[in-house]
Amino acid sequence: MEAVAANPAAAPEQGSSLWHDAWLRLRKNRLAVAGLVFLLFVAASCLLGPLFSSYGYEEQRLDLGASPPGAQHWLGTDTLGRDLLVRTLTGGRVSLGVGLAATFVALTIGVVYGAVAGFVGGKRDAFMMRVVDIMYSLPFPIFVILLMVFFGRNIILLFVAIGAVEWLTMARIVRSQVMAVKRMEFIEAARSLGYGRRRIIFRHILPNILGPVIVYTTLTIPAVMLLEAFLSFLGLGVQPPMSSWGVLIKDGAEKMEEFPWLLVFPAALFSLTLLSLNFVGDGLRDALDVRSSKD
Amino acid sequence: MLRFITSRLLQSLLALFAVITATFFMIRFVPGGPFTAEKAVTPEILRNLEAHYGLDKPLWRQYADYLGSLAQGDLGPSFKYPNRTVNEIIGDKLPVSAELGALAMAFALVLGVTLGTLAAVFRNTWIDYTASGFGLLGISVPTFVVGPLLVLGCAIHLGWFNASGWYGPSDRVLPTLVLGLAYAAPISRLTRGGMLEVLGQDFIRTARAKGASEWRVVTRHALRGGLLPVVSYLGPAVAGILTGSFVIETIFQIPGIGREFVNSAFNRDYTLVLGTVILYAVLIMALNLVVDVVQAWLNPKVRLEG
Repeated sequence: MEAVAANPAAAPEQGSSLWHDAWLRLRKNRLAVAGLVFLLFVAASCLLGPLFSSYGYEEQRLDLGASPPGAQHWLGTDTLGRDLLVRTLTGGRVSLGVGLAATFVALTIGVVYGAVAGFVGGKRDAFMMRVVDIMYSLPFPIFVILLMVFFGRNIILLFVAIGAVEWLTMARIVRSQVMAVKRMEFIEAARSLGYGRRRIIFRHILPNILGPVIVYTTLTIPAVMLLEAFLSFLGLGVQPPMSSWGVLIKDGAEKMEEFPWLLVFPAALFSLTLLSLNFVGDGLRDALDVRSSKD
Repeated sequence: MLRFITSRLLQSLLALFAVITATFFMIRFVPGGPFTAEKAVTPEILRNLEAHYGLDKPLWRQYADYLGSLAQGDLGPSFKYPNRTVNEIIGDKLPVSAELGALAMAFALVLGVTLGTLAAVFRNTWIDYTASGFGLLGISVPTFVVGPLLVLGCAIHLGWFNASGWYGPSDRVLPTLVLGLAYAAPISRLTRGGMLEVLGQDFIRTARAKGASEWRVVTRHALRGGLLPVVSYLGPAVAGILTGSFVIETIFQIPGIGREFVNSAFNRDYTLVLGTVILYAVLIMALNLVVDVVQAWLNPKVRLEG
């Protein structure tokens, strides 16, 4: 990090070598690599799998009912005779999609807010961070639940709401990083060249704090996916017949006495995906040598 | 120190006021009312009902009335449970959630701190890997997966416990385990990190050089500093234990405040929603305040920054 900041003229070459170094370190971390491979595999299956299946995720076969895993239906079928594999993969699209979209919302708000607060400093910064402090002390899951109950479980609202909850920590991290970087000489140089604030923040400061942002983004995705599944589990998130991992786990938990496979497969896939995301996030943190994150 | 506490207190009150106002107006702008679900309510009865609960007054008037009675500690009557006040309902349900939360937190602290300390002391041995693996697993596998799986295994297949309910002491075991495990994992990670940092410092070497036993070094010297990150985590964690218990209370059908809250939102029971939101907000803010103070007490550096 420091090498880049101290010598801005050589930033392109130095930058690529920083990322290259990080990549080499990441590659040595076996857990992170395994997580990455698994994630790519899951993402590809969720995207492509349903296209090659002869069953639709809503396609019911009431005569079949719940059947255990077999040659016809690899993961079995649910009580309405729907193919569990296709429903799990389609649900994965929704869960991963919500995870990425909400993380993007959180990332955008958090980075802009944190960067502005850190850059302007002084009283305005103090006020902006007080607002974050106050928002930290609000019972947010409760607000999200209220929102979902009242405003009709709309999936777009779902990830906007989740994103609006998750940006606070990102704002704090970005702010502290910006405060460290803005005192460096190359920012002084940019200022003396007469560049505007916006240009300095987005072109000069942000590229230098990408490391922590990337790490925290990777760790936000599992948190967001958990929240989505939590809401769906309470019946407040994604609505049937649409499927998501939270919906499937909820259905599975209701019927696990008779048809345990309905719980076991979606739950296992969901947990493994979250585990992989955490492995990759931890690996990235070590590779980029970021110490300012949460734990 | 007193100034520190006063400023935090004022800040919390401001936030609380914001929460109450936002919630009050948000639930009123939502389609549907507390009496729309009831069958065959003639317009006349509906008017009477609304007049009885003061819902026919202008909104700002209702808001002022609500704040007035709130100042006296009265959360108003419930709209869905006739003849019951919100205070009574909370008085019924809160002890259940509090008991579950306290049991789970105690379990999580004992397990998490023990595992985290062991992992730090025996760094890079199989003990560390096992404990750290458990930490990652606990963070990644959510309560609504662990809960049903444990029920499936321990209650349905082995028949050790009841699958749901909240009657005898044995009914406490599974919910406590599930809720506690979810918090033991991050606590063990934080303890490990904090202890590793402290164990590398000079005063620990001094203590060792003095001839203090390893046990004494760890428990008397290192833990105090090593637990700082855990303390700052506890505020949000206790709050999380309350909100996390929505899921646990649903899975195990426990008559706690979390389930009541979700139901009240579905029922548009305005006063009960507001009452529970206020309860949660006050709890969270009070806990954060306590955490801030404890942290300042444990670490003078934080006191100066506050």
